[in-house]
Amino acid sequence: MTSNPAIAANTRPWRDPDAKPFISIQHVTKRFGDFTAVNDVSLDIFRGELFCLLGGSGCGKSTLLRMLAGFETPTEGKILIDGVDLAGTPPDRRPTNMMFQSYALFPHMSVEKNVAYGLLREGKSKAEAMSHAAEMLKLVKLEKFARRKPHQLSGGQRQRVALARALAKQPKVLLLDEPLGALDKKLREETQFELIRIQETLGVTFIVVTHDQDEAMTLATRIGVMTEGVIEQVGEPREIYETPKSRFVADFIGSVNLFEGRVGPAAPDLMRVETEDLGPVVAPPVAGLTQGQTIWLAMRPERAWLTRERPAESVNCVPGVVQDMGYVGHMSSYMVKLANGRLVRVTQANEGRRDNPISWDEQVHVSFEPADFRVLTE
Amino acid sequence: MSGAEVPRRAGLPLRMLAVGLAGLGGAVAVSFLTLNPTSALLLSALFGAGLLYFLLSRFMGWSDRWMVIAVPLLWLGIFFLVPFFVLGRISLSETMIARPPYSPLWETDAQGNVEIIASLQNYWFILGDALYRNAYLSSIKIAAISTVFALLLGYPIAYFIARSPEPRRSFLLLLVVLPFWTSFLLRVYAWIGFLRRDGVINNTLIWLGVIDEPLVMMQTDFAVYIGIVYTYLPFMILPLYANLVKLDGALLEAASDLGATPMVTFFTVTLPLSLPGVIAGSMLVFIPAIGEYVIPALLGGPDTLMIGRTLWDEFFSARDWPVASAVAIIMLILVVIPMMWLQAVQNRQEEGQ
Repeated sequence: MTSNPAIAANTRPWRDPDAKPFISIQHVTKRFGDFTAVNDVSLDIFRGELFCLLGGSGCGKSTLLRMLAGFETPTEGKILIDGVDLAGTPPDRRPTNMMFQSYALFPHMSVEKNVAYGLLREGKSKAEAMSHAAEMLKLVKLEKFARRKPHQLSGGQRQRVALARALAKQPKVLLLDEPLGALDKKLREETQFELIRIQETLGVTFIVVTHDQDEAMTLATRIGVMTEGVIEQVGEPREIYETPKSRFVADFIGSVNLFEGRVGPAAPDLMRVETEDLGPVVAPPVAGLTQGQTIWLAMRPERAWLTRERPAESVNCVPGVVQDMGYVGHMSSYMVKLANGRLVRVTQANEGRRDNPISWDEQVHVSFEPADFRVLTE
Repeated sequence: MSGAEVPRRAGLPLRMLAVGLAGLGGAVAVSFLTLNPTSALLLSALFGAGLLYFLLSRFMGWSDRWMVIAVPLLWLGIFFLVPFFVLGRISLSETMIARPPYSPLWETDAQGNVEIIASLQNYWFILGDALYRNAYLSSIKIAAISTVFALLLGYPIAYFIARSPEPRRSFLLLLVVLPFWTSFLLRVYAWIGFLRRDGVINNTLIWLGVIDEPLVMMQTDFAVYIGIVYTYLPFMILPLYANLVKLDGALLEAASDLGATPMVTFFTVTLPLSLPGVIAGSMLVFIPAIGEYVIPALLGGPDTLMIGRTLWDEFFSARDWPVASAVAIIMLILVVIPMMWLQAVQNRQEEGQ
C-alpha cells in the first residue's frame, strides 16, 4: 500500500518553512443555510503540486474545489492564487480551469470545438484556436477523433477530451473533480499515470478531488484528508499512511486495527499501555501523555506477524484463532479472533511458496513490534 | 409482430388489471346508463376496449406493443383520416343545389356505363385565383410573425421557470396553464374589452394623459397578433420549459469556467441545445395559427385575410362545399409538408446524438 508519491517537481516546497505558497486558502468557511459545508479551512498549495483533497461524500471537498473555480462564494475567509485575492472574480475571469466529474462536454460540438471553446473565448482567431486544440488533442492521444461528437466516444476518451479542454487555456491551476470516477478499474489505473505524465509535461498545478484513497496515494504530492468540512490532516501520502494524526485518518486510509487503551506507568524509551483486547502491550513513547489517559493504538494489518509458535523474542504477542482467511495472490489476509472475541485483521506477504501456510481454525500468535503501533489521542 | 417478441408472462398482471378495470367500467356503465348517456357511453367504451384488449391478447396472441399503438391509430383513423377522405371526396366534385350540395363522383347511365365525373378543377380554380393565394400567404405571414413573437416572449418565461428553484416551478407552470381553465372563446372576447375604442387600454392611456384620442386597435392585424400570441403562448412555453429544465447545469458552469460570459454562454450553449424545444414550440403555435378562424373573426377587421375565414365564407356564405373542401385540403398540405420535413430533420439529429 505504500506506493511512492509521484513528485512532479523535484523539490518539496512544503518542507521549506520560507517557501511562498502559490494557492493560499485562508480561514474559508462555506455555509448553505444551517449546513456548514466547509468549516474554517486553511491550506497552502505550492506551484507544480498535484494536491489531492480526499474524503467521503459530503465532506466538503467538492465545495472547496467549487469555491476555487468561483462557482461558490466563501461565506468567510479568502482565497489567493499567485498572490491575487479572487473574491468577486467570476469563474470566466479566473486563472483556473476545471475538469468536471460528468466531464460536461458540449454535446452539440465536435471534440475539437469543445477543446477550442475556451481559446475562442480568449479572443484567439479561429485558425489559431483550432491548431492549438489539435495540439492538445495530440497530448491526450485523441487527434484521430477531432471531428467526432462526444457521444461517439468511449468513457475514457471523453475523459481525455475533458482534460484537453480544461488544459487548453493553460490555466495556472487545474481543478479536477473526481477525474477518474467514471472509469473502470483497469482504465483508471492506466489513466492515473497518464495524468501524472501530463501534469509533469505542462507543470500546471493540479488540485484533485477524490474519494478514492488509492487514487490519492498514487497521484498526489500531498493529500488533504477532509471530513465534515474540516481538513483533518495534510501530508505526503507516506506521512498520511504511516503517521495518521487521528483515528479518522488512520481508518480512512487503508485498513487499520484500532485498540483502545490506557497509558501505564512510565518507563524509559517505551510506553506501557493497558488494553482490553491485547492485554498489556508496549508502544513507542509519546510526549505529553499522563498515566491513565485513554489513547488508541493503530496498527496496520501488514505490520503484524502471524506464527503457529509463540516467537521467543516477541515483546507484544497475543494468541488467537484464525476465523477467516483470504488468498489474494501476493498476500493473504487473515481475520484472527482473540480470546475476548475481538477480530484482528492481519495480512501476510506470500513471498515464497510455503508448503504449509497457516489456514482456517488454527491456533496462532499475533505479534506486533512496538514501533508499528501508532499512538492516537484524537 | 408476433406475441413471442414481447415477454407475455410479464404482461400478465397488467392484462389482469386491464380486465379488472374494464369490468369495473362495465358495472359502473350499466348503473349510469339511465342517468347520464355521455358517461355511460364513455364507460361502456372503456369496458369494450378492455374486453377487446383481453380477448385479442389472450386468444389471438396480439402483442402488447401493437395494442399500445392501436389506440392512437384508431383515434387518428376516426378523427383525422376519415374526415380527410370525406373532404377529399367533396373537393373533387361540383357544387350543386341539392342536399348534400355537391355532385356525385360517378354516374351510371341507362346502359349501365359508369361515367366518372371527378375532377381537379376546384384546385386549379383556387391556385389560379389571387384571392385564395393572398389568403394563404397572409395566413402564413400572420402565423409566422405570431410564432416569432410567441417565441421572443415565451423563451424568457420558460427560461425563468426552468431556472427557478424546484418547489416554485410547478406553481409557475400552473400559472402558465391557468388560462386554459376558462373557455378559449371567452378569453378572446375578453380582449375585445381591452382593445376596443372605449376599452381598458384606451381609457387608461387617456386617463394617464399619454394620448388624447383613443387608439384604433380593434379590427386590425395588430389585434389578431395579440390574440394569437396570447392564446398560443402556453404551447410555446411548455415544450421550451421541458427542454430547458433538462439542460445540464454543469454545461453552463463549464462554459463559464472556460471564459464565457453569461451572454456568450447563452448563445453558444443554452440556445443551440434548446433548439428542439424551439422547433416543437414553434410548430405548436404556427400550425394552429395558420388555420385560426375565431381570433381573426372576433378581433380582426375586414382587411384581415386568413384562410380560416375564407374557408368559413366558402362553406357557409357561398355554400360552395367542393371549393371549400379543396381550400381545406390545400391548407392541410401546406401545414403537413413542413411538419414532416421538420420531423425528418429532427429524427436525423436525434440519430446523431
